[in-house]
Amino acid sequence: MNTPSAELSAGERATAPAPCIKCVWVALALLAAVIASFVGLGIDYRGLFAAESLRSMARFVAEFFPPDLSNAFVAKTAWAALQTLAVSALGTLLALLFGAALALPAAGRFGSAARHVTRLLLNVLRAVPELVWAALMVLAAGLGPFAGALALALHTSGVLGRLFSEALENAPRGAERALVDAGSGAAAAFAYGALPMVLPQWMSYALYRWEMNIRMAAVLGFVGAGGLGQMLYYHLSLFQQAQSATVLIAMFGLVVVVDGTSARLRRGLAPAYA
Amino acid sequence: MNGAAAQARLRDPQALPRATALLVAVVVLWPMLVLAEFKPWALFEAGNLRVMSDFLAGFLPPVTSIEFLGLLSKATLQTLAIATAGITLALLLALPLTFVMTEALSISRIGPGRGRGMGRVVRGAARLLLLLLRAIPEVVWALVLVRALGLGPGAGVLAIAITYGGMLGKVYAEILESSDTRPARALLEAGSGRINALLYGLLPGAAQELASYTVYRWECAVRASVVMGFVGAGGLGQLMDQSMKMLNGGEASTILLTFLLLVLLADFLSASLRRLLA
Repeated sequence: MNTPSAELSAGERATAPAPCIKCVWVALALLAAVIASFVGLGIDYRGLFAAESLRSMARFVAEFFPPDLSNAFVAKTAWAALQTLAVSALGTLLALLFGAALALPAAGRFGSAARHVTRLLLNVLRAVPELVWAALMVLAAGLGPFAGALALALHTSGVLGRLFSEALENAPRGAERALVDAGSGAAAAFAYGALPMVLPQWMSYALYRWEMNIRMAAVLGFVGAGGLGQMLYYHLSLFQQAQSATVLIAMFGLVVVVDGTSARLRRGLAPAYA
Repeated sequence: MNGAAAQARLRDPQALPRATALLVAVVVLWPMLVLAEFKPWALFEAGNLRVMSDFLAGFLPPVTSIEFLGLLSKATLQTLAIATAGITLALLLALPLTFVMTEALSISRIGPGRGRGMGRVVRGAARLLLLLLRAIPEVVWALVLVRALGLGPGAGVLAIAITYGGMLGKVYAEILESSDTRPARALLEAGSGRINALLYGLLPGAAQELASYTVYRWECAVRASVVMGFVGAGGLGQLMDQSMKMLNGGEASTILLTFLLLVLLADFLSASLRRLLA
């Protein structure tokens, strides 16, 4: 019945792709890893969902309500939130300075040996999480918000140093070279020929990291570095759930406000860096 | 006269505005420095300097006794397991919410039928739930959950599941929305159900990106699970916290090295998995 014109040649016919043997193996390996994880952790899942533990969980959650909204405590929480903001701002500012200082050698301006050494340093700074830096800085600078600011500064300089050096490497060098050829010194040539090229990008990276650091600064207090985190740790340790709830609400509010503001700011700034 | 003119021309024309901006910045930043207790000299106080130098001197040589290495490898495996189990639970949490939230799968949005307002309310509720889940950092969840579940990996797994569930759900929905939604719309208009529209209309275009993002999040979860150990949620972090509290530099340096290796390994695994997906 078929007319010859309706038949498709082999090349025209849609063919299913060959089964991907490697994908099957990888999927099986992933499944095995997931099962091994759950089994290996040995968490008592039945105990977790038993009526008794669900009841005690509900009791635990209920203790957080109502939050302590007395004027004195709210003022204390607001002060801690301000301190958290200050810690994040100081940490980011220090990181901006260190990052800029490290970006120059990392972009290869002082030879290839300096470049490799600085890159290694930046990688180490970046690989250690803020909370670990904070635990170290509490030893070095004593308990208090300054240790938190230092911890943020160390981790963030690793991040910013790398981003800054990449921006510097990618920027056109014509203006700087023209200044040097016209007899200007290296420092002046950099300040007036290269810096204006990369500064907007550097600032937008720094602002973005500041946003992340605000969230992080709220947490650093757990190891004794001040701010909202220290308050939460303190009140949870004393089983003062009502006060803890207030601090948690403050953390939540801080994160939501920062998220909203930065989204709006970045939308406003976008054309300037496009 | 001529020399003075040359001098004037050489001066930075922006000098005055720049100096003013610097002055304003310092005045604005001063309260911040006070609030953050900016005391760099604290770094060089005799007491702090001695504690730190003793601790750092202990870093060399790193502890390599068999007993400690056994403990360390167990903690490392636990960290990896916390991340993997946490991400799995996060997926289970995120997938239904994504399914509810994705606008491209909304039937009521297409036609002039009823349920339009209802659909918007449900989607808004799902979005709010995801925001609540991810707005509190995972370490805070871990700290609170340790109080409820006791010390150990359980709190870490749940903390990752909650925060990362929120993040995955939000990003999944964004990826699905930004992919080509016309096939799904065509399927829905032709009368197919939401599940089929997702499977045959949206997933083929977006699956690779979704999987790649999930693997990336797993990599982040490995780092997060180390950090959560500091508040008692098991794994490498808890071990490091103990060593630091006892000022045992040798153990701390071994753990730090292990941590760096673990991060590199997670980087490598995630990169090769993503390459396989590409």
